[in-house]
Amino acid sequence: MTIEQKRKIEGYIALTMSGLAAAVGLFWLVYILADVLIHGLGALHISLFFNDPAPAGVEGGGLRNAFVGQLMITLAATLIGVPVGVLGGTFLAEYARGKKLARVISVVSDIMVSVPSIVVGAFVYAILVRPLHHFSGWAGAIALSIIMIPVVLRTTEDMLSLVPWTLREAAFALGAPYYKVIIQIVYRGAATGILTGILLSIARVAGETAPLLFTSFNNNFFSTDMDRPLASLTVTIFQYAMGPYKSWHSQAWGAALVITLFILTLTIAGRLILKWRYKR
Amino acid sequence: MFRKVRALAISPKRDLPELFFYSLTAVASFTVIIFIIGIIAVLLKESSLAIGKFGLVDFLFSTAWNPVTGMFGAATAIYGTFVTTVLALIFAIPTAIGIAIFVTEIAPNFLKGPIGIAIELLAAIPSIIYGMWGLFTLAPIMSKYVEPALQGSIGKLPFVGILFKGTPMGIDLLTASIILAIMIIPFTASIARDSFNLTPSVVKESAYAIGATKWEVVKNVVLPYSKLGVFGGIALSLGRALGETMAVAFVLGNNHKIATSLLDAASAITVSLANEFTEADSDLYLSSLYYLALVLFVMSFMILAISKFFLLKAERKYPR
Repeated sequence: MTIEQKRKIEGYIALTMSGLAAAVGLFWLVYILADVLIHGLGALHISLFFNDPAPAGVEGGGLRNAFVGQLMITLAATLIGVPVGVLGGTFLAEYARGKKLARVISVVSDIMVSVPSIVVGAFVYAILVRPLHHFSGWAGAIALSIIMIPVVLRTTEDMLSLVPWTLREAAFALGAPYYKVIIQIVYRGAATGILTGILLSIARVAGETAPLLFTSFNNNFFSTDMDRPLASLTVTIFQYAMGPYKSWHSQAWGAALVITLFILTLTIAGRLILKWRYKR
Repeated sequence: MFRKVRALAISPKRDLPELFFYSLTAVASFTVIIFIIGIIAVLLKESSLAIGKFGLVDFLFSTAWNPVTGMFGAATAIYGTFVTTVLALIFAIPTAIGIAIFVTEIAPNFLKGPIGIAIELLAAIPSIIYGMWGLFTLAPIMSKYVEPALQGSIGKLPFVGILFKGTPMGIDLLTASIILAIMIIPFTASIARDSFNLTPSVVKESAYAIGATKWEVVKNVVLPYSKLGVFGGIALSLGRALGETMAVAFVLGNNHKIATSLLDAASAITVSLANEFTEADSDLYLSSLYYLALVLFVMSFMILAISKFFLLKAERKYPR
């Protein structure tokens, strides 16, 4: 065999393998999504959304408490996490731009994005659950916001840095103070990017289970009291999937389908908006 | 140039609204530092009881885990975390790099977008869905088809066979590693893809010009150029995999022993925390769990810091 032939064959083999790798990756995605779809569709009744949990084995139970609880906790986490994250990112991209401090906070923030979420849960347990002697929806929301803040902070910082400096200079030339420049000019310019970052952070946080395990715990009954244990979809899925009852398993699949659809929609919407806005 | 203008523009001491907004944003950005210091402080304080009783080396290497006698050691949990993570990386890294090569070099332009989105979708699926899917779909397949097949083939070999002893129940280190691998493929793939895209096309074109095949360009030009980025991506995935709880909690079992076979249930730090935290009935038990959490936090912090180091170096060397 000539060297040229050998090189060609080696090339074909290697590139086919990487094509196979891509196929394998796609295969898992399709398989998992299809599985969630098939099993979950079977469990989607109206009763899943409007009924409270029934005793195991009794028909007609639902997860209304979990849906409502998940919404409340996620909303609270967003209300805490988004302002802090956006303002923090603003500081890094504007007032502290170029300074070493900004670099340090940025790197620490990046590390916090990937920190084990169960450690965050244990942390909030120690500071918010034990001293007050009860689980609470607020503790869960704060645990989620601890995960959310670094994500929003980093995306805000990146998006604000994309706004050209000359835009700010033009505003300075007109005599605007810096805070006005930021609020009225820079935020407008980066609004789409920041909003997308927020969407993606909500998608990330809506699927978190571990931080909620020992903060908001879970609640078998319908409750809107953020000061006490609150049901959440993710922890309920955990509990039901590990449980022995068939009806629990099917409800878990239904809840899993709803959460997955929600998160995937947010993610796709976010990515598409980013692409449309920034690739023109 | 912008420094001069900025120095003129920012005089927070000049007027009140400016000072207010400045302090507001400064405090907001500092919360990140407060969180990390707070987490370390709280973890240290909560585990101080266990640290006092077991010390450092003894705790790390002790395989005891007995709530009744009050003897706790981290070795079993660390072993499980280590094995699942390493195995997951072994499965995931070649696949992820293959995907990245495919997307950057081979795929026709119209495919690049959709496959990119597909990878990001895989990354966005919450880990509990992976765990549930693993429990209900993957574990039965593993125990009915894959693991007996492995036991029948590789299990018969002399040394490697120890890895495949035991009853194939599907709830074991192997299944957990596979699920973990599927979870970290998207991260590694997208960081690898970004690193590959950083290679200047001039260099690739010159390689093509002297007659290199596509694979030779990838192997000898693209891969060396993106070494740093790919390492950073691998370290990042390692950090993520270490802290993964829900995907693994369903299929690992919670067996506090050093399992020699991949088909045995084991324990990991995150899984122990998730399963035993609310059941810890003594102060020492809870403190030992916090000690585990501290160990995990330190490990992932170090690995994430290493990954950030590589990624920053890659960006600095070959700016976009």
